[in-house]
Amino acid sequence: MSRLQVVSGKGGTGKTTVAAALALALATAGKRTLLVEVEGRQGIAQLFETEALPYEERKIAVAPGGGEVYALAIDPEQALLDYLQMFYKLGSAGRALKKLGAIDFATTIAPGLRDVLLTGKACEAVRRKDRGGRFVYDYVVMDAPPTGRITRFLNVNDEVAGLAKIGPIHNQAQAVMRVLKSAETAVHLVTLLEEMPVQETVDGIAELRAARLPVGRAIVNMVRPQVLDAEDLELVRTVPRTALARSLSSAGLGGARRGGNAERLVEPLLEQAEEYAERYALEQEQRSVLGELGLPLHELPLLAEGMDLAGLYELATELRKQGMS
Amino acid sequence: MSPDPAQAHETSRTHDGSRAHDGPRAHESARRLAPARMLDIDPLLDDPKTRIVVCCGSGGVGKTTTAAALGLRAAERGRKVVVLTIDPARRLAQSMGIDSLDNVPRRVKGTEGDGELHAMMLDMKRTFDEVVEAHADSERAAAILANPFYQSLSAGFAGTQEYMAMEKLGQLRAKDEWDLIVVDTPPSRSALDFLDAPKRLGSFLDGRLIRLLTAPAKLGGRAGMAFLNVGMSMMTGTLGKLLGGQLLKDVQTFVAAMDTTFGGFRTRADATYKLLQAPGTAFLVVAAPERDALREAAYFVERLAAERMPLAGLVLNRVHGSGAGQLSAERALAAAENLEESRIVDQEDGKGFRNSPDTYGSSDSPASHPDPGAPRVDTDAPTGTDAPASDGSPDSDPGPDAPGPDPDPSVDQVTAGLLRLHAERMRLLFREQRTRDRFTALHPEVAVAEVAALPGDVHDLAGLRDIGNRLADNRRELPEPGA
Repeated sequence: MSRLQVVSGKGGTGKTTVAAALALALATAGKRTLLVEVEGRQGIAQLFETEALPYEERKIAVAPGGGEVYALAIDPEQALLDYLQMFYKLGSAGRALKKLGAIDFATTIAPGLRDVLLTGKACEAVRRKDRGGRFVYDYVVMDAPPTGRITRFLNVNDEVAGLAKIGPIHNQAQAVMRVLKSAETAVHLVTLLEEMPVQETVDGIAELRAARLPVGRAIVNMVRPQVLDAEDLELVRTVPRTALARSLSSAGLGGARRGGNAERLVEPLLEQAEEYAERYALEQEQRSVLGELGLPLHELPLLAEGMDLAGLYELATELRKQGMS
Repeated sequence: MSPDPAQAHETSRTHDGSRAHDGPRAHESARRLAPARMLDIDPLLDDPKTRIVVCCGSGGVGKTTTAAALGLRAAERGRKVVVLTIDPARRLAQSMGIDSLDNVPRRVKGTEGDGELHAMMLDMKRTFDEVVEAHADSERAAAILANPFYQSLSAGFAGTQEYMAMEKLGQLRAKDEWDLIVVDTPPSRSALDFLDAPKRLGSFLDGRLIRLLTAPAKLGGRAGMAFLNVGMSMMTGTLGKLLGGQLLKDVQTFVAAMDTTFGGFRTRADATYKLLQAPGTAFLVVAAPERDALREAAYFVERLAAERMPLAGLVLNRVHGSGAGQLSAERALAAAENLEESRIVDQEDGKGFRNSPDTYGSSDSPASHPDPGAPRVDTDAPTGTDAPASDGSPDSDPGPDAPGPDPDPSVDQVTAGLLRLHAERMRLLFREQRTRDRFTALHPEVAVAEVAALPGDVHDLAGLRDIGNRLADNRRELPEPGA
């Protein structure tokens, strides 16, 4: 099991939710995970229904069985100041740089520097050990940028190599890449059973593979329950409407004759079945596209009550059941 | 928020038109939380004063599709339209003929009516290059284009796409070739990036640091600025150590070239801002009926108000309705269980005996309710829409023990499946309704258009036309608040 779990996915697929559920799932009996946010959107705080996360590692949840989830929202400016402090003991000079806008400039415009800082901080947490030589975190889960940008984001070496050929940034990038390209890391992609997110997933995996970054699993999120199967749908097409009306009536839903309450349900119910059939076919198609990727595939249900803290634990349990932790 | 006769259509439309006025109870509960104003799309698109429509919202809510559908609809209603898309799905781009990246609008073939639809896909780098080429002599332009900092900035900086979308919008508007420009916004992590990024980039390239880097000599001559010089040399020293000397030289070259070339990025950003605030611009916030997307939408609505940008309304995509909304999830499930149970009973004792759905929730076996004339669900219907009298004739509703051939068990199986499917739909619908109502409670002033969900993705003009119809049909897909 890789100790750095990177979760990406197209916007709207729920990658933050999946990352948080995975962090919970991995925090089994006594284990400690760190959930890292890199895009400054405070999605983790919203999900765990807590106040905005500061730039510090903070316990946000206790997993069933006693494991702990810590969270960290990485701020690139703060991370750069940390590094400057670490390498150069800058102290107040760092603050002066910040005042001048140099830090903002460096983290925003210097190619790849921002990404090196973000991934570097995550890798540092992966490697950090306590005094007893034990890893501080058993797992680090990163809520990463979306699929379209993930390869570039992780492939910091390429970005930085052309610019910083020597020096600490260069060394830092090298160290980060060693972790990211090793078996210590797994990059998971979250998708929905819809054409666009699946297409993006396929493209994203090809890019990751081309960059020789370790692809983990494909996680299909918000899967709607299968109410009718192919056989049911075939029956729906063949059963006469009058028989359906009689059946509805016999279930106590009103009259079966023309204009009766049961009869009036037939048309809209069949309409819904038709929509379901169309979606069902599209979903099967997308499933088979995902199947061709040759990756372990996981499915998480759409939560009927919407996403909340309880739902998050439900998804974590589901991930555990499916062997993702 | 008061019941205004002029807005009657806002409260009375449902699928069968029977819900909103079906009794004093429904009416009362609807008044507790006023329904959102209906966003009427067609007058907005038709109004010659509407020159720019901006579709914004968080990622994955269907912004691009909405922008394309609005553009097509406006064109087919007679206007000359250009749609600026940022990152369209491949098949959608192909269907509009804009999958080749040449960064100029192309006429879309296959539209109906007198108007014209043009579309383009933003090429961020190319737009940036063009800005450079337009504002610098060729030698300087070449130096900038070759600078690694410029290359990084133009291809990857988090705000560049937003900035370039605005730049392109400004260019299109300046050409004055189109009646209406519909803009899609970049798939940012947050909807707000779209408003923040241009300013950020502007203040960056126009800021204090840049001036320091470009003009250290000027500052050096003034005693009062001496401390800045110390800061400068320390900083260049630090950055030099950190990034390597060549890199710092690249930065300085880049900054020097940019500074003389652009004459103030902030000025351009400000001009774009004014364009967005001007009458004739209409913002549409796009969202899906999900908590996160609507929370983003609420932030965005507040932000637009703070920036005095004209908001036309909210487009709520992928909303689920039901033609059988009178049948609740609970009743549908009870009836389904009833059918499935009675199949077992049928097989056990051969009697076509049916349980009544009002035993739902109890563990009673059918045998404990020997009375086949147990209260029928019709008379229990809480809304009153299902009252037997509404059936037309009293004997049209013979009830459970109607004479007739023994139903085929496979029919009951299908019926039970249909009922379960319906229950699923009703649950989804109520979840979406709750989410929407939470938004409208916060922002009752925002007009809302609900777009019924399609089972699949859209990738042709017919699909876009369909979305356009759904956008403009002035119909609530979800029940009114309190319904």
